Amino acid sequence: MVDQTPPAEGRGPDTGPESETMLRYRKDDPVAHAAVTVDAFLDQSNAAAVRVEPGDDARELIPHLERLDLVEVNFPSFGDGRGYSSARILREAGYAGELRAVGDVLVDQLAYMRRCGFDAFDPDAPLDAEDVEAAFARWPEVYQSAADARTPIWAKRHA
Amino acid sequence: MYAYDQYDQQMVDARVAEFRDQALRRLEGKLSEDQFKPLRLMNGLYLQLHAYMLRVAIPYGTLSGAQMHTLADIAEKYDRGYGHFTTRQNIQYNWIKLEDAADILADLAKVEMHAIQTSGNCIRNISSDHFAGAAADEVVDPRPYAELLRQWSSFHPEFSYLPRKFKIAVIASEQDRAAMRLHDIGINIVRNSDGELGAAFYVGGGMGRTPMIAPQIRDFVPLDQLVTYAEACLRVYNRYGRRDNKYKARIKILVHELGAEEYTRQVEEEFQHLLDSGVEPPFAELERIRTFFADPAYDEAAPDDIDRSDPDFALWVDRNTVAHKQDGYVSAVISLKPVGGIPGDATAAQMRVMADLATSYSFDELRVMHTQNVVLPHVRRADLHAVWTALDEAGLGSPNLDTIEDIIACPGLDYCSLANARSIPVAQKIAQRFAETKKTATLGQLKLKISGCINACGHHHAGHIGILGVDRKGVENYQLSLGGSEAEDVSLAKITGPGFDEDGIVDAVETVTSVYEREREGEERFLDTYRRIGMGPFKEALYG
Repeated sequence: MVDQTPPAEGRGPDTGPESETMLRYRKDDPVAHAAVTVDAFLDQSNAAAVRVEPGDDARELIPHLERLDLVEVNFPSFGDGRGYSSARILREAGYAGELRAVGDVLVDQLAYMRRCGFDAFDPDAPLDAEDVEAAFARWPEVYQSAADARTPIWAKRHA
Repeated sequence: MYAYDQYDQQMVDARVAEFRDQALRRLEGKLSEDQFKPLRLMNGLYLQLHAYMLRVAIPYGTLSGAQMHTLADIAEKYDRGYGHFTTRQNIQYNWIKLEDAADILADLAKVEMHAIQTSGNCIRNISSDHFAGAAADEVVDPRPYAELLRQWSSFHPEFSYLPRKFKIAVIASEQDRAAMRLHDIGINIVRNSDGELGAAFYVGGGMGRTPMIAPQIRDFVPLDQLVTYAEACLRVYNRYGRRDNKYKARIKILVHELGAEEYTRQVEEEFQHLLDSGVEPPFAELERIRTFFADPAYDEAAPDDIDRSDPDFALWVDRNTVAHKQDGYVSAVISLKPVGGIPGDATAAQMRVMADLATSYSFDELRVMHTQNVVLPHVRRADLHAVWTALDEAGLGSPNLDTIEDIIACPGLDYCSLANARSIPVAQKIAQRFAETKKTATLGQLKLKISGCINACGHHHAGHIGILGVDRKGVENYQLSLGGSEAEDVSLAKITGPGFDEDGIVDAVETVTSVYEREREGEERFLDTYRRIGMGPFKEALYG
């Protein structure tokens, strides 16, 4: 199972060996091999890492989730929110491997990304560790059920 | 009225802290203006021509006396003593300093208010029928459904970086007082033949530079699937809405390019995926919210008769009060359209008068209308004279609801950095002209709407008479259009022909009203006459 423990509860990120800027919230080791494009992945029977661009249909990966260890979702610009849907679609379909947001990943989007199922972040520019901690600790509650394990407010009201 | 519990309060408090931190990081240079912009926009903070503008959310237009008092306090403490009520039932302040913004949000949070998602490419403040809970014709009060969707859409992790802004309206009556089909999603709560409540979904309406009327994509979504269906509508848009051109990024373009049938198919497919995903709150949550919107303790013996001996009072009663579901009560509309004033503006002193009247005479409740007026929703007819007297003393007694003086106008070039032309002076001149000639009364219902640019914040496409300000070689020019409606008989206005200068547009409006007076039959409104006789006679009179 994916470790969905929010870092606000005390676990710091395990910085991966391959990137100075990487933040990971998983217990397993980072995948070493490079991610291929969705088209290349669908043509190759042995690739275990894929990179989803904003225009790609994440649902095309669903028949192959068993052989995937890493899905990178690229945010060429932080304002392009398609990657949030890609992430949730993969988690809703049962994908349990690493889901890594890459590209223009900024501190003010981290909490929403994590709610959508991302458990690793490889931003283009390094993030301030204190700001990251503050961002994950910011929201004491959430209004919606999403791809993380957080209990929405409506569930607490009717527990 | 809905009241926050500890969870709702924690969320707005967290938002204030987050924004304070973001503003600080901007000042420290950790955030670039490009990075900060969408964050401040999602807190309602725009940079306008002269200063920052802060837009405060008034969910589905409902607020209490205490909340109105806070809005007045903010106007005095942080602005120039007034505020501007908007077509999304919100209020905005036009002279705000960036360094005050977090403090204002903190003041708002103390009375369960906020500026969350009043701007930016996210789901905006949800609007509704301003007579909700009072209207004689409603199936049910639509606001519990709007509140359910408010919570769902607040800080939505997947839908906070949409292709473009996203506006939802919820109504629950055949008469549409919220321009429901001119929204990205319009929801009409209806009863089916088995007597069950459900939601009819209309998707892909809007105004702006490409006005469209939303087609119905589902006639009945069961209430225990409401959030799931909305989520499916949004997910299809988030994935496939255009992001290459901001002028083609609204959902209306996606629905139009795919066709309503194909968009619907994709939504239904996504809906099937989401049905088991657990996004739907339990029905008990909807029931919890509904309890806040129960009828107030009406005076069952409230008399219907009123003393109409004062003609000014009688005129105001006839023009500005609306039938209520409870005998002996009306909804009373406070006009923010005094002749010569700025449509939608109210001073702090006026806000306090409205707040106190609500507390004394309307179960402590006020509504903001999308037509930029304010409603006291539940007033005993027997109290109307006292209410009117107080309003009149405060300059709030204009008897002009739905008349040609009741103009919707955007802030225009006097404030807005997007505008091409001024809207406010045109609205003022038109109202003055018709007040002077005393034609206001004889014209009856005539909805005139003015936008200062193609973005159509002044709803000109939906005006019986619409005016669009454009820039023609550096000179303000005004295009006239006729035949729009935002109501249940929704239609888009058509341009009459070449535009006019500022004085010419006032004359042109008078000309088309003269055609109406000449041609009307029986009780026809301007809009009915236009629909019957077509554009020809109006064009002939304008350009012939």
